[in-house]
Amino acid sequence: MPRIDGPVAFRGGGFAPRSHAWAGAATLILLVALWQLGASVGLIHSLFLPAPVTIAAALYHLAISGELWRNLSVSLARLAIGWVIGTVCGIAVGLAVGLWSIARSPAMAVVSALFPIPKIALVPLFIIWFGIGEGSKLVTLAIGVFFPTVIATVGGVDNVPRGLIRMGQSFGLSYAAIVRKIVLPGALPALLSGFRVTTSIAIILLVAAEMIGADRGIGAFVLAAGNLYDTGNLLAGIVVLSAMGLVAAWLIGCLERLLLGWR
Amino acid sequence: MTGLHAGPGAGPSTSPGLSITLAGVRHAYRDLIVLDGIDLTAEPGEVLVLVGPSGCGKSTLLNIMGGLLAPGGGTVHCAGDVAADCLNPLTYVFQDFALLPWRSVAGNVALVLEERLGRAERAARVAEVLALTGLTEFAGAWPRQLSGGMRQRVGIARALAVRPACLLLDEPLSALDAQTRDLLLDEFAALIARAGTTTVYVTHNLAEAARLGHQIVVLSRRPGRVRAVLRIHRPLAGRKPGDADLARVEAELWRMIRDDAAAAERETVDAAH
Repeated sequence: MPRIDGPVAFRGGGFAPRSHAWAGAATLILLVALWQLGASVGLIHSLFLPAPVTIAAALYHLAISGELWRNLSVSLARLAIGWVIGTVCGIAVGLAVGLWSIARSPAMAVVSALFPIPKIALVPLFIIWFGIGEGSKLVTLAIGVFFPTVIATVGGVDNVPRGLIRMGQSFGLSYAAIVRKIVLPGALPALLSGFRVTTSIAIILLVAAEMIGADRGIGAFVLAAGNLYDTGNLLAGIVVLSAMGLVAAWLIGCLERLLLGWR
Repeated sequence: MTGLHAGPGAGPSTSPGLSITLAGVRHAYRDLIVLDGIDLTAEPGEVLVLVGPSGCGKSTLLNIMGGLLAPGGGTVHCAGDVAADCLNPLTYVFQDFALLPWRSVAGNVALVLEERLGRAERAARVAEVLALTGLTEFAGAWPRQLSGGMRQRVGIARALAVRPACLLLDEPLSALDAQTRDLLLDEFAALIARAGTTTVYVTHNLAEAARLGHQIVVLSRRPGRVRAVLRIHRPLAGRKPGDADLARVEAELWRMIRDDAAAAERETVDAAH
């Protein structure tokens, strides 16, 4: 008969990854340093990939000449207006789908059919419909933001516990009060997660829209620099876009801390 | 009206005048008949306890009594005077508490009051029911920060805040551990006695039934029918844990339910396979 004799070995470790903010920052700094080193010793040709110092210099010149702000202000305005239009419409339709049977199947059929279409491919069509000016750019952005917002809102509303809605009904709350006090706050976490996705989509579509028929904006600037093989300015524009994404994510993080403190 | 036990200070005004009468209530989920021919009356100011084996339709019956579920057949009628400051005559306390996690304790209690009362009156009522349930110092806490027992105290505070004419409690202590359950049972008995409202209390715990019930309705195994009705005429205020009379009632209830409960359990297990 086998016999066991000895201390019980610990076997409950692992499967609990922890994050270290400093390790993330250090990795990025290390990669940029390696890149600079490669460029400085001549391993990376400046036409293929400009050195970080070159990009920083390009950014500096753009900033002091005022060109950065001229392009950035136009882009930020388009981003804000297009995103807000898409988000407001998306939440409205998402709520309708989440609350009313009559809207559910028809709207979800349309969303499922149109969501996978690459909106970039539709930009020429939008230009025909809405003109070469701001209209077509805002519509491109708004439509790109609209569909994921609908899906996030429907998911959020569907995940509000039925028990909480029944509680509201049992206390005689009106339909509007149940939506305002139970459904909307319950759907908010999913909605804010959706915002993280839609802000990124909005930035991608902003650049795409500005690459067709715009003379100002970060997208137009990046396109012009690319056409001239001015890789320093091209990457400076890319860095600005990346920074826009980081700022958007940070803003949503602030919003989450403000609104979802109860979690 | 027994056991109305007004403590010091201004308590909630009482409105013990409501009765709920069920006649021939039946209900089915698709082909499965869960309730069949239920006739009963919760008299004004009394505590009616519904007991029975698992799956006998106790909670279904409670949802029908409060208008959360339309019965498949029969009628539910409520009648009586309701106090002028009552905001919701038929008021539930839920097994899973049903607190809004994004509202503080005070915010949950104020949920219904916000719609109907001015700021000052609302604050006064919230403060009053929080004091009554021992929650005053937790007014600003989030539900996730509270133990199960404290969460259910919030549930009862929210219910009392609307000055109900009838309390409908759906296994309010079932989600709690045994010690917390005993502590809360004492508090519930005192609060129910104090409010003096008609109360319908669903439980599978026979000690709770004997402790709280003026009228104990024993339901049979599915399809649920009224199998027996026991009456205890003593006021709630005089009932203490370990009371010999109540223990006898509890034993009698168990004798009636035991075979049904055993059969119901086997049935559930069979259905799960």
